[in-house]
Amino acid sequence: MTKQKTVLFACGTGIATSTVVAHAVEDALKERGIRINSRQCKATEVAGHIDDVDLVVSTTQLPKDLGKPAITTLAFLTGIGKADVLDRIEALLRE
Amino acid sequence: MAQALMNYLDPGAIVLGVKAATDQDVIRILAGRLQSLGYVKPSFSGAVLAREAELPTGLPLGSDNNVAVPHTDPEHVLRPGLAFATLAEPVLFSNMENPDEKLRVSVVFLMALNDKDKQIEMLQEIAGTIQSPEIIAALIRSKSVEDVSRLLG
Repeated sequence: MTKQKTVLFACGTGIATSTVVAHAVEDALKERGIRINSRQCKATEVAGHIDDVDLVVSTTQLPKDLGKPAITTLAFLTGIGKADVLDRIEALLRE
Repeated sequence: MAQALMNYLDPGAIVLGVKAATDQDVIRILAGRLQSLGYVKPSFSGAVLAREAELPTGLPLGSDNNVAVPHTDPEHVLRPGLAFATLAEPVLFSNMENPDEKLRVSVVFLMALNDKDKQIEMLQEIAGTIQSPEIIAALIRSKSVEDVSRLLG
C-alpha cells in the first residue's frame, strides 16, 4: 500500500464550492480504490498551503508555477467531463 | 434528489422569463426579492455584485442553457434562502473557471447563506440538478411557480 496522497481543494472562498468538489472527488476515488487526505483553501492562498500536497484541484483560476500538479475543473459541479477528469486525477495520484 | 432545493426556494423568489440586459440586472432583481421577503440585508445586492465581478459564478453546461450561482459572504444574510430565475434571453456571466470567458446563461440560482453546512447542501443540490440536461430544459420551459416546484420538489 502506497502512502495516502493529499489533495488540496481550492475555490473562490475556500468554503462551499471546494467542499462540494472534495466530497465528490473523495467518493469517486473511493470507488476506484483510492483514499485521499483532503484539505481546502482559497485559490489565491494555494501557494502558502502547497508544501506537503500532492495535487491541487480548483474550481477557479490558480496562481501560475505552483510547482505541483494542478487541475482546474468545474466537472464536479456540472457533471461535464467528470470521468475524464477523474482519470487524470487517478493517474496523478498513482504516480 | 432535488427535493432539498424546494426547502430553500421561496415561491416569492422564483422569477420566470426575466428580461434582463446584464448579469447585474438579474442579480439585482433576485436580490430585491430576497430582501423584500426578509432573507437578506440591504447590503446583500451590492455585495453579490462585487463578488461576482471578482469571483464569477457562471457554470458552463456546453450549450446556451448555462447556469450561474451568484452568492456572497454570510454577514449580508439574515436567514438561508434561494432565489431562482429563468431568462427570456440569455445574459452573459463570466465563467467561474476562466473569468475571461463569457457564458450565455439562461438559469440563475442566487444563494443567500450564513450557515456553512446548509451552503454545502444547497450547492450540492444545485449541482445535482444542473447535471440533468432534461431538468434544465424543463426549468427553462416552466411557465409557473408550480412547474418549478414540481421539477425541484
